[in-house]
Amino acid sequence: MSTITMTPGRLLRWKPQVDGRGLLTTTVKLVALPAAGILVFLLLWSAGARNIDTSLGQFPGPLAVGEQFGALYTEHQRSREKEVAFYERQRERNARRVAEDPGYEPKIRDYTGKETFIDQIGTSLVTVMSGFLLAAMIAIPLGIAIGLSPGLNAACNPIIQVFKPVSPLAWLPLVTMVVSALYATPDPVIAKSFINSMITVTLCCLWPMVINTAVGVASIDRDLVNVSRVLRLPPLQHVRRIVLPASVPMIFTGMRLSLGVAWMVLIAAEMLAQNPGLGKFVWDEFQNGSSDSLARIMAAVIVIGFIGFLLDRSMLQLQRFFSWDKGTATH
Amino acid sequence: MKWANTIRAAVATLAFATGLGATTAQAAKLGYPEKEELTFGFIKLTDMAPIAIAYEKGFFEDEGLYVTIEAQANWKVLLDGVIDGRLDGAHMLAGQPIAATMGFGTQADIITPFSMDLNGNGITVSNEIWSQMKPNIARREDGLPEHPIKADALKPVVEKYRAAGKPFNMGMVFPVSTHNYELRYWLAAGGIHPGYYAPHKGDISGQIDAEALLSVTPPPQMPATLEAGTIYGYCVGEPWNQQAVFKDIGVPVVTDYEIWKNNPEKVFGITKGFAEKYPNTTVRITRALIRAAMWLDDNNNANRPEAVKILSQSHYVGADYDVIANSMTGTFEYEKGDKRAVPDFNVFFRYNATYPYYSDAIWYMTQMRRWGQIPEDRSDDWYKELAAKVYRPDIYEAAARSLIEEGLASADQFPDFATEDGFRDPQTHFIDGIVYNGHQPNAYIDKFPIGLKSGEKL
Repeated sequence: MSTITMTPGRLLRWKPQVDGRGLLTTTVKLVALPAAGILVFLLLWSAGARNIDTSLGQFPGPLAVGEQFGALYTEHQRSREKEVAFYERQRERNARRVAEDPGYEPKIRDYTGKETFIDQIGTSLVTVMSGFLLAAMIAIPLGIAIGLSPGLNAACNPIIQVFKPVSPLAWLPLVTMVVSALYATPDPVIAKSFINSMITVTLCCLWPMVINTAVGVASIDRDLVNVSRVLRLPPLQHVRRIVLPASVPMIFTGMRLSLGVAWMVLIAAEMLAQNPGLGKFVWDEFQNGSSDSLARIMAAVIVIGFIGFLLDRSMLQLQRFFSWDKGTATH
Repeated sequence: MKWANTIRAAVATLAFATGLGATTAQAAKLGYPEKEELTFGFIKLTDMAPIAIAYEKGFFEDEGLYVTIEAQANWKVLLDGVIDGRLDGAHMLAGQPIAATMGFGTQADIITPFSMDLNGNGITVSNEIWSQMKPNIARREDGLPEHPIKADALKPVVEKYRAAGKPFNMGMVFPVSTHNYELRYWLAAGGIHPGYYAPHKGDISGQIDAEALLSVTPPPQMPATLEAGTIYGYCVGEPWNQQAVFKDIGVPVVTDYEIWKNNPEKVFGITKGFAEKYPNTTVRITRALIRAAMWLDDNNNANRPEAVKILSQSHYVGADYDVIANSMTGTFEYEKGDKRAVPDFNVFFRYNATYPYYSDAIWYMTQMRRWGQIPEDRSDDWYKELAAKVYRPDIYEAAARSLIEEGLASADQFPDFATEDGFRDPQTHFIDGIVYNGHQPNAYIDKFPIGLKSGEKL
């Protein structure tokens, strides 16, 4: 509902600006300046790239990176073709086996080929979102509890303060060992590597959300709390009707911070732990040391940045959608 | 010969007990694989080729195996993966299954039914070291350096660095890697002490008494580490020596073919538990790998260009085609422009390259003893027992025989299984001329001027 009511309002606010000079300045601001910025960046990049000679050849300029985007896409398509052929062969083989060995129950196994760049983008996104959601499920209730109770706050504060600045990468070896000790099934449905990355992401997402939620809850307007007291709302009702709506802006600020950290950490974790995803892609290319490697890494860097940007924007949109106070959701 | 019989008897019992019934000619037809979905690990080196080829050419699928192949960050991660079951099997350093079974490093029972290749390594030094070595090297008539280059040419350089108080650092890929032993062998043959290990005193750096300090660097990072000046030279598998030439940061001085002609290199390692639990799968993996190795050496290396193309894909080795092709297609570029023919630089099948010889395992153990990784004396029988635990020609034989029966291979491509005792004839082609006889490991160790001898303990 809130978006529908919001949109006409925004349009109305827009209208008065549509006089001659206003439109021009708006266009300049929205289109021309960013375009100029990007253009200058590309020029600097290609000029700079030409002057950096690495042992793997020249540093890739925008053109070389563009080419690699094409190559990565072609590889993806080729891999899909191979996948189709793989399933085809498998069906034939299963049919032959059933003919020889009627007791055999044919089973279609997943494609065994390597993930392509595009698959790895998907893997990274799924991992970061799962880790983030898991963290949110823990952090928001915990933050509310801490915000509501000064006692609990005093009890948890030292722990939060100590663990907050720890780089999640320091956790990674511990997470890896604990996961392989506790998650020991012969035929795991979810890959261990996925769980490792996810838990590492969760550990790093946790703190900004806990802290922001707690602060948001603790700083609710006294008047609102008093209203709840006057109405004698039971505790759960109090949280639902008063606390949550009042602290939504802060909760979302925490979530946005967390997601940004999560994305950065995930790439590093994938690199270090060799878990599938964009981080592993970068590391593999670095190890390959072929003449295309740098351009491919640069392509990955651009994609990583772009996805990080999109994640941040979508959190912002969500925040706008859920907040009663639109003014708090700024970029 | 008494020993060979004992081993054969033990193996026969073992094979019977574990259900590897196919060791005898009249055995039943090979059954379906018990485990069909497998994950194999590898390190980005050209000698992982048999695994990539078995996958790409459909040899694994022919056996009903659906294999995922994953590059690993380093040898330790790879070994841990096999031990904890994340990987079903992997491209391993020959020393890894031996050291693991022995308990040097991580203790685990790892076996190998398949030896992956011969040769394939080189020793590279940085341009700076090369320019100082060059005056000490004899020239041919055409002005190019005379090969093989011995470490004698490096000795004055090391002495100069030591006199200036600068440690002479070199890289190898793993404490129990072929490369460590080859680099040590080459250095020691030239009078440079590479240092001892003393695991019983907690010293596993391998730098006691060392004149050249060796440390571990993962293969793909070798060129970058050399370029950064952290190390002055390294011993590593291909394509990382040729990479140094292409990047113009170093010069390969010697190949392992020149240090020890046709030396055994990587093996395919699985846990003993895996082989016992999935005997048919184990034989079938071995069959697929044998076929891949045959394909790689077929028709005098005719398939090599195609293999190089496969390996240069980014999810296998990923280096440039030209870099991999240099060594895989029978040439090796030393100094830039000094390209020489080394037709046997990478051998995957001929000379019985894939048969897991006990004597190959024992050679690695002699070097472990020589440099103190095995801290105290062991009897010749101890060496042989350990070799028979780790190297499993019985599984290889079962795989080879079934391939012969199905007409996919011919008997003359393999050792004569009826008489083969698992020991190669005494080998003479070492850079220092010392002869190796696998039956007498202790006597062999005593022949080296540098290194622990029988009876010695640090």
